[in-house]
Parts: sequence; C-alpha cells; structure tokens
Amino acid sequence: MGERTQSTNNPPSPPFSKGGMGGFEHRAQNTEVKMIATRDAYGEALLELGKKRDNIVVLDADLSGSTKTAKFAKAFPHRFFNLGVSEQDMVGTAAGLSLTGKVPFASTFAVFETGRAWDQIRLVICYSNTNVKLVATHGGITVGEDGASHQALEDIALMRVLPNMTVIVPADAIETTSVINAIADYSGPVYVRLGRVKVPCIMPPDYKFKLGRAYVFRIGKDANIIAVGIMVDAALKAAKSLSSQGIDTGVINMSTIKPLDEDTLLLAAKSSKLIITAEEHSVIGGLGGAVCEFLSENYPVPVKRIGIRDVFGCSGNPDALLKLYGLTPEGIVKTVEEAL
Amino acid sequence: MGFAAGGKITDIETLKNIAREIRVLILKMLTEAGSGHTGGSLSAVDVVAALFFAKMKFNPKDPEWRERDRFILSKGHVAPLLYAVLAKTGFFSVELLSTLRKIHSPLQGHPYCRTLPGVEISTGSLGQGLSVANGIALGFRLDKISSRVYCLMGDGEIQEGQIWEAAMTAAHYGLDNICGIVDNNGLQIDGPVEEVMRIAPLHDKWAAFGWHVMEVDGHNMEQILSALNEAENIKGKPTVIIAHTIKGKGVSFFEGKVEYHGIAPTPAELERALKELE
Ligand SMILES: Cc1ncc(C[n+]2csc(CCOP(=O)(O)OP(=O)(O)O)c2C)c(N)n1
Ligand SMILES: [Mg+2]
Repeated sequence: MGERTQSTNNPPSPPFSKGGMGGFEHRAQNTEVKMIATRDAYGEALLELGKKRDNIVVLDADLSGSTKTAKFAKAFPHRFFNLGVSEQDMVGTAAGLSLTGKVPFASTFAVFETGRAWDQIRLVICYSNTNVKLVATHGGITVGEDGASHQALEDIALMRVLPNMTVIVPADAIETTSVINAIADYSGPVYVRLGRVKVPCIMPPDYKFKLGRAYVFRIGKDANIIAVGIMVDAALKAAKSLSSQGIDTGVINMSTIKPLDEDTLLLAAKSSKLIITAEEHSVIGGLGGAVCEFLSENYPVPVKRIGIRDVFGCSGNPDALLKLYGLTPEGIVKTVEEAL
Repeated sequence: MGFAAGGKITDIETLKNIAREIRVLILKMLTEAGSGHTGGSLSAVDVVAALFFAKMKFNPKDPEWRERDRFILSKGHVAPLLYAVLAKTGFFSVELLSTLRKIHSPLQGHPYCRTLPGVEISTGSLGQGLSVANGIALGFRLDKISSRVYCLMGDGEIQEGQIWEAAMTAAHYGLDNICGIVDNNGLQIDGPVEEVMRIAPLHDKWAAFGWHVMEVDGHNMEQILSALNEAENIKGKPTVIIAHTIKGKGVSFFEGKVEYHGIAPTPAELERALKELE
C-alpha cells in the first residue's frame, strides 16, 4: 500500500478472445449472487479493524445507525465520537484526532459529508494533508425515496477536485471490506463512497483491492465500459448481452477514481473503438469527467458518459429511479449500440 | 524530550519586553511583505506571548514532541504574529521572517502546516480551529496525555456557526484540557462587530454553551497569566478567556482603526511606529 503504481490489477487473459465471455464467466455460473449493501460491509470491516488496531477512531454526525458505524460504537464506545448534527465540526475534530496519531474514520451521508463540510475538508484535511478517512454512505440516486435533497450526485466531483485527496467507489461488499482495510494502512486523505441499498457481490471472493489499480473483468475490442459502484454490475450484464450480439465489450471496475489507473484506461482505449463510462453520479466531474480529461489529452477516442445528466434526482424506489435515469444494463446496451 | 520555551518566564517586565519585540518583528515583516493583517496581529500579541513564553510546554528542537501543548491559530489571518513568536522561540531563524508572503517561502500568507514547524494545522478559512483543537484534546484524553490545547479566535470569527458546533462538542465531552481565547478587539473587516453582526452577550453565550468563562484585559500580562493559570484548574468543562483588546495595539495611529485590519504599514508608517515602540 501507499505507493501509487499505475499498473493493472489483473491483466486480462486473454484480452481479445473473440466473442468469448472472458472474465464474465465466474459470475455467469454463479446463480446465487449474494446481495449486501456496501454500508453493511463497512460496518463489519470497521468493527474488525477496531479489534485489530486501537488507533482507529470513528466519528459520526447523528447517522450512525444508517452509516453502520453504530457497530463500532457499541464495541468501542470510548473510541467513537458522535458530534451530533454538525458535519463541519465532525471533519475538524477528525483532523484534530489525526494530529495525535489516531486514524479517524468520519461518516455520514455523502451529500452532507462532501457538501456541508467541503471547505473544512479542503483546509484541514486536504491542504493540511491529514490522515483522515471520510467514508460516506448513501451516495447516488439509489438513496431512493428520500429524494433529491439526500441523493449525492456530485460528491465525487467535489472530492476529486481537491489536491491530496484519494477517491474510491467500491463496487460491492467484497471490495468495500478490502478498501477499508487498505485505506487504514495508507497515510493521507481518502474519500470512500458507499451506497444504501443491497447490491450483488460481483468481485471474485479472493479479490484484493489495490489503491490506484483498476480491476479488469475483460478488455473488449469493440467497446469498453469503465464503471464504478453499482454500475459495474450493470456493465457486466450489458457486456454479456452486447457480446452475445457480436459486439465485443469489455468491463473495467475503476474503483479508484483518483488517482486514476491511467495505464489500464489507455489499454482499454487502444483496444477498442469506444469507451463508455458508467456511474451513479452526475456526468459532470465524476468518473466520466476524469476519463474524458485523461483521454482527451493522451489518447483521444470517442467516449460516451452514462450518469445523471445535470439534473437533480427525485423520490422513487431505487430500481425505478435507475430505470428513469437510464442507469441499467439496457441503458448501457442502447448507448453502445447507438454509438457504434 | 521537551522543555518550556523561554525557560518559563514569569517576570512580567521581561514578558512585556518580549511582547514589544514581537510587535516590532510583526511590523517589520508586514512592511517588507507589503501586505497582510496588521490590526489583529497586534491586538493578540500579549496573549500569545504569554502562552509561548510563560505557559506552554514545547520544544522547538523537537517540534513533533508528542506531549507538547498545542496552539491553534484559528484566526489564521494573523499569521505574522504566529511567525514572529515561532521565530523568537527558536523554531526557525528570525531572518526567515523577511520572506513572508513571497514566492517559495514557508511563511505563507496564512499558516500552512506542511512546510513550517510549529504550525499545527493550516488555517485561514475562519471558524475551523476550535474543532481541530477539540480533536487534539480528545486524542490526548485517549492517550492519557495531560497536555493542553489553546485556540485563539477572533471576535468576528466567532460569527461562524462551526465555532458554536465546536463549543457544544467541547462542553459535551467535558474537555477541560481545552482553553479557548477570544481576541475581543471589537472590530472586523466591514466595521465594528457590534454593527456588522452582534455577538453580545459574549460571556453569557459561552457560559450557556457550558464553558467556564473568564474576562481579562488582553494587554495586561498579570491578568492574562492568572487567567491561564486558573484555566488549568477548572475540571470537567472547557474554559474560554475573553481577552478585551485594542485592534492595532502598540501603534497609536493603528489603534482602533478598522481600516488597518488587512493592510501593511508603509515604510514611513513603520518608521513612526518603531519610534513609538523603541
Ligand atoms: C470563512 C472566512 N470568511 C471570510 C474570511 C475573510 N476574513 C478574514 S479576517 C475577517 C474578519 C475577522 O474578524 P476578527 O475575527 O474579529 O479578526 P481580528 O479582528 O482579530 O483581525 C474576515 C471576514 C475568512 N478568512 N474566512
Ligand atoms: Mg476582531
């Protein structure tokens, strides 16, 4: 950990197997896909981390039941600090704790963590380069019924623009557990975005997250989908359907959005005619923004961004919302077909 | 290992003289830089001199010493005051002060903690220091370290809501290792605090938030020292010292002048000011 090498986690093998299912197979055969919310995985991982290391401290702003930090709070009450409904104070307090050698994990909903406390994150975490882990839950549109005020669709952009910040969006519970352990060993500011709803476990059971390294399910030669979070699952489904139509489509889980795994991105761009980005976030400033910034300067290829197109969300159940905004396998398939 | 810088000076006349020398350093540094915050640097000199030369334990040769007392300059715009004190206590050379605000200098316009020993956290966006101070105080408590945390705030600064969030936190967690100081100079950028946005009744506000409150003449060394000593003996709650001060203190033509909040002395003004101080 720590060294931000830019090479691929799993070199695709074989990268250009014609029309084959490549890296999707382990999943296709697994009919009993486990459904776990990433925030639940966080609660468990934090508890385990707390048992192993007594310099782990946790802060929350009156949402510990929802962010799942309550598990840690129950086990280690003296290392848990509820700041009440005061996100700015929580961020500052976390920075202060880090100055005494503690490793603070500060959690609340993504909207409040990144929006309400942005200037605090900027000054006392990023500019001061303090060792604070901001782990936010309820990222994205799948917050659902609570509606637009609670749906963080711009948090990745807000965090990505800050120097010194590392930005991670795990795809499932398996990756979340690995990410939480990895960032505890990494010194510096980190933002991790988690979700509210149960999502399928799609990463291999033995998967180990490496900071700054994408996970390549497969490189396609017609199109490659770069996805994060719940959109990795949608991308896998879309790629399967596209590949069966003869459109060779790859999928990459770009869980570290910053620093971007440029080598893997370049490999994907050089291998295919089209890059698709897919995220449960605004198409402005998030994964799509990061990919376009890099490719336009280094290897310009056609890119289509799938995400929320510069609007606020609304209430509804998560599946209905994903459908409404086209964040579905079908939505991805349509985008690829139209673009090619 | 740490030690009390300045050998824990208790002699009032010596401390007053140190404060005078710090004012001189601040004025010279600001004039050389050509910009910066004069008024609020001068108003807080006596309090900060008392902290660094009489009260706090730290070691300039080992700035990361775990058990040092911490000073958080929440009103970060008065960086010149912090820099002058850090130079005078030996964290770096006095010569470095002439690089204030210049390209490549570790003496940034507002304190930046990554390049300058003695700066605990970067500040400059007002209202954030007390939260950081609380975090340090909580960390000390977890580690069973008896060191103290001091946090200097401006009277305009405390209009920030985050200050009151942090005020609640310190009281809620009974952080008696925290001592807040409000530099109550009555002025902010756009005019008198009373006119821009009333913060009165200040004493009652802090008391209502669960703090032990003291008020001192912020230019009276005896009063400052005795308040700092008393603060150490208050258990179970945080203490705040409201220091009644004069913005621009020490230079007659800067005193009480709102327009000298954010401008540096001209060379001619510096000359006149030094005559008054020397
Ligand atoms: C969040 C934030 N808003 C605005 C400013 C600009 N600003 C710098 S100093 C200042 C006035 C501060 O007044 P006070 O706290 O009374 O400072 P002092 O009189 O001690 O100089 C303002 C508004 C800032 N630095 N940070
Ligand atoms: Mg003032």
